[in-house]
Amino acid sequence: MSAPLLTVRDLRSYLATDQGVVRAVDGVSFTVGEAEIVGIVGESGSGKSVTCRTIVGLMPSGMTHISGEVIYHPHGDASILTARQAELQSLRGSQLAMIFQDPMTALNPVVNVGDQVIEAVQAHAKVSTGEARSRAVSLLRRVGIPAPEQRMRDYPFQFSGGMLQRALIAIALASSPRLLLADEPTTSLDVIIQDQILSLLLDLQQDTGMSMILVSHDLAVISEVCDRILVMYAGQVVEEGPAADVITAPRHPYTRALLDAVPQGEQRGQLRSITGSPPSLIDVPGGCRFAPRCRLATQECLSWETELIEISGPGRLARCLRHDEVERSPQWQASDSA
Amino acid sequence: MSAGWAASPSELLMKAATRASARRRSAVRRRLTLIAGLAMLVLAIAAITLAPILVSQPPNTIDALNTLAPPLTPDHLLGTDQFGRDVLSRILYGGRIDLAIAFGATSVTLVSGTIIGLVAGYLGGRWDSVLMRIVDLFFAFPFLVLVIAIIAMLGPSIFNMFVAIWITSWVAYARIMRAQTVVAKRQQYVLAARALGYGRLRVMFRHILPNFASAVIIFSMVDAVGNIILAASLGFLGLGAQPPAPEWGTMISDGQNYILSAWWLATIPGLAVVFVGIAFSLIGDGLADLLRAGDR
Repeated sequence: MSAPLLTVRDLRSYLATDQGVVRAVDGVSFTVGEAEIVGIVGESGSGKSVTCRTIVGLMPSGMTHISGEVIYHPHGDASILTARQAELQSLRGSQLAMIFQDPMTALNPVVNVGDQVIEAVQAHAKVSTGEARSRAVSLLRRVGIPAPEQRMRDYPFQFSGGMLQRALIAIALASSPRLLLADEPTTSLDVIIQDQILSLLLDLQQDTGMSMILVSHDLAVISEVCDRILVMYAGQVVEEGPAADVITAPRHPYTRALLDAVPQGEQRGQLRSITGSPPSLIDVPGGCRFAPRCRLATQECLSWETELIEISGPGRLARCLRHDEVERSPQWQASDSA
Repeated sequence: MSAGWAASPSELLMKAATRASARRRSAVRRRLTLIAGLAMLVLAIAAITLAPILVSQPPNTIDALNTLAPPLTPDHLLGTDQFGRDVLSRILYGGRIDLAIAFGATSVTLVSGTIIGLVAGYLGGRWDSVLMRIVDLFFAFPFLVLVIAIIAMLGPSIFNMFVAIWITSWVAYARIMRAQTVVAKRQQYVLAARALGYGRLRVMFRHILPNFASAVIIFSMVDAVGNIILAASLGFLGLGAQPPAPEWGTMISDGQNYILSAWWLATIPGLAVVFVGIAFSLIGDGLADLLRAGDR
């Protein structure tokens, strides 16, 4: 693995709500290397987005309790979670950029697209407006917006979803960040556009050599693009490893179940799903958090103080006692699980 | 007609076209209130600006031979008061004071209240608590009593009336804008702006304010009416403009002694207040319709 760019250590993000404390992210650790694309998969509510937002310091301050360390190596060895607001602000945008799930709402509706790109260019670099404008045009052209000079004058509502996501990518790239956090960048787009946006992101990543964290609930998307995959469940990482390994030889029953739930091309029949629902993150049960839905679960799993176990292969981790049986077990059927 | 239940394509197109033109018509109709309000306001402003040309007699000139002349007397279109001062002249010159209050008092509280609400809502936490408790404090007092107390402390004058309004009526704007900002903070484009490392001021004034200012702007029109009426009330109570200054409230107050013998003295300034009040109300209504339509 290349030199680390970002190290996340035991990150916890707890949110205070009326019902109680939600442990949205509960002890997540990982690193992102230079020019590496790390994918985070998991179902809704598994803590993927909160992890991203916590890293860039976008959680609402009053009601979140955050602990752990996020080290951005070019910025020194101190955790940026404890950095001053101004310091973090200069880091955001210029070094760390983020793109969001729904492009339709991620742009300011009353400012035209061109001005928003120009604003992003000027936010972290002292350049004249004329220069910023020409950079904005070339950025928009780079992300594949046709006739950018004309489209600059348009307002967000005049753009299609795919074009908006391209514009947002242009804005995120305006100050050449070294790490791009893409929080479900293709979820709200149709399949063809999804593919275009993914290839664009991959292209840009290869051009600029930036690192990327790609969050998605879509295994197909993740496996296509990422070097390494983290699988999250109920606020924890349950499996980690090189993308190809995780997809072909899952070592956690949850990953296996997710893979089995992907419809296979020619095979028709009932769609497989994972029965049950994830545990409440307010009253987290002890033991393995997936055990109640797991087919391989034993009595031991319910009381096991879970940890990521190092298994064969470089950088392979799984939070499962029976990780060596996962691969051999028969296909996950809806009727199988408890 | 009897043959098919399905309309032919051309019929459908015709219907769609009719609907579209109906929508255009209703768009004009929706602006009608706004246009009417603006027209009334422009008329009022034109009249008070051109007062020296429209009337020959200055507002405070006494004509002892022509006291209490009824309206439509030659040279005194709206009659004269107990000192023979021309009522039309006094209405027009008095309008300068009342409209100055509508604009001067309202614009200052609009700006200050909006900024305070924006800051409280955006920064949240301690700032929010402190600023909103101050707002609560102001709301806890009866408004008029508070204004009167401040004027009583500073001494009755037009300027002190401005000061009293500035001190007290920003709170409504602050409360409205704060509520809007709390909603705005959760919008993804605001989050995105923060993720780009934009500073607080930039996020507040460039990304939140333009999207959420419509509520306070609409309210300011209602507030402008309120301020004219407040000025008139304070004038009536003798706390605003001081005689012989021609201010509508003061004129109503003076005229009430003659209500049975010379009804026009109190009635005409009252109608002037109503006219300007309706103008602002129509503008507020029209703006609300227009901005609400823009949201869709």
